[in-house]
Amino acid sequence: MKNVVKQEVLALNGDEAAAFAAKQSDVDIVAAYPITPQTIIVEKFSEYVANGEVETEFVCTESEHSALTACLAASATGARTFTASASAGLALMHEMLFVTSGCRAPVVMAIANRALSAPLNIHGDHSDTMVERDTGWIQIYVENVQEVYDSIIQAFKIAENPEVLLPVIVGLDGFTLSHSLENVQALPDDIVKKFVGTRQLPLVTTHEGKNAPFRLDPEKPMTMGPVAFPNYYFEFKRQQEEAMRNALKIIQQVNEEYAQITGRTYGNGLLDSYRLEDAEIAIVCLGSTAGTVKTVVDELREEGVKAGLLRIRTFRPLPVEGIVEALRKVKAVAIMDKSMSFGGNGGPVFQEVRHVLYDLPTHPYVVNYIYGLGGRDTSPKQMRKIYEELQRILQTKHVETTINYVGLRE
Amino acid sequence: MTSKEKSWKEISPAGVCWKPSTEFLTGDWKTYTPVRDLEKCTRCLLCVLFCPDGAIHWKSERGDIEFDYNFCKGCGICANECPTKAIEMKLE
Repeated sequence: MKNVVKQEVLALNGDEAAAFAAKQSDVDIVAAYPITPQTIIVEKFSEYVANGEVETEFVCTESEHSALTACLAASATGARTFTASASAGLALMHEMLFVTSGCRAPVVMAIANRALSAPLNIHGDHSDTMVERDTGWIQIYVENVQEVYDSIIQAFKIAENPEVLLPVIVGLDGFTLSHSLENVQALPDDIVKKFVGTRQLPLVTTHEGKNAPFRLDPEKPMTMGPVAFPNYYFEFKRQQEEAMRNALKIIQQVNEEYAQITGRTYGNGLLDSYRLEDAEIAIVCLGSTAGTVKTVVDELREEGVKAGLLRIRTFRPLPVEGIVEALRKVKAVAIMDKSMSFGGNGGPVFQEVRHVLYDLPTHPYVVNYIYGLGGRDTSPKQMRKIYEELQRILQTKHVETTINYVGLRE
Repeated sequence: MTSKEKSWKEISPAGVCWKPSTEFLTGDWKTYTPVRDLEKCTRCLLCVLFCPDGAIHWKSERGDIEFDYNFCKGCGICANECPTKAIEMKLE
């Protein structure tokens, strides 16, 4: 890592780190609406604008639906665009999430993950982003404040790659990360600007039969996202799926390039495993919970227990092959879900990861733990109990209950 | 589907059109067709203003209006707004 740049240590919370990373990424337009626990991102960015620290145009909108619509429109003109939301705000954007990905607008959005009403709850869980998993957005879930900063910068480079051209959500756990102050290694402004680069616009064929850069430009007019009848709609959706597949490659590339200048990597960018190589039992989780689990893994390892962790960093696109490779030798797996799929067979992470393992000739035992809803605290003790249950499953070769609830009063 | 239709690998992203939208004729959606009584029509052009689809054109060289049946959806707003009741909606 001889090209690692000298970095400055800043004390930032997750929201401030997101705003600061967006500032350094030289965004042209920010349109956002504040909502707890994302508010600080919007506040901080409007402060940059008010102080003249950025040339970004800040668009105050009357709702999140309008905020994302403004971002989509700005992005369609070729502008670099950033927004942020959470919970009910993200839910209000729902319609426009599809339009943004369908228009292939590489908007980057920070989500301070929060529960949804009712009952009203402002604390962290993954209910808000999990329901948006099929809207065609890349989803990155981060472990700590450093990764918030790093992932926002990476997100612009991933989203705007002409092979991808998809919007990206960077999910940071509400309060656990959004409001926690951590030391963050920050790159100099010019290095970030150079790393993200200027937005590349692929050439597309216009209605005049000419090749033109993929952007709205009165001089070279084109229409994006018009009506597509049954004879064409399907083809556009297949293109989006291909872009997701391309993203699997590009996310890894960006992770490597970023490591060259910062010395930091998050696994291969898609999956971040911890002491998993020879593990017999493993927890699979997303986000900040990984930090808690790592502590427990270290304790168990000292006691001679072969415990490991697989953190899924990008839930969309789901790194199918990587998950199979990571878990094929593990004998019992506990999959953590910080959201519910009411009436489904366990939480969304469980459903998808267990499904991925189906093609293996021999399956590990796979159980589901739903935890932390509405900001319910997740302790190392609880995680240790899960590993103990996995050990018990291995000894007895029997799964008592497949879908379990952590820290719930029975 | 005809073989002329392109595959997902050939089309531009985001539905960027390779044909102008005016090539996609939508006039066959209509059930009722506006028919004008030339005697009653005063060429006030209210119908031109009210047509939600821009399907009634003012032809200055002839000093008259013209329905564009390639795009008229037969909504009947022109007939409703016409002050001299010169437009009748006829079932196709």
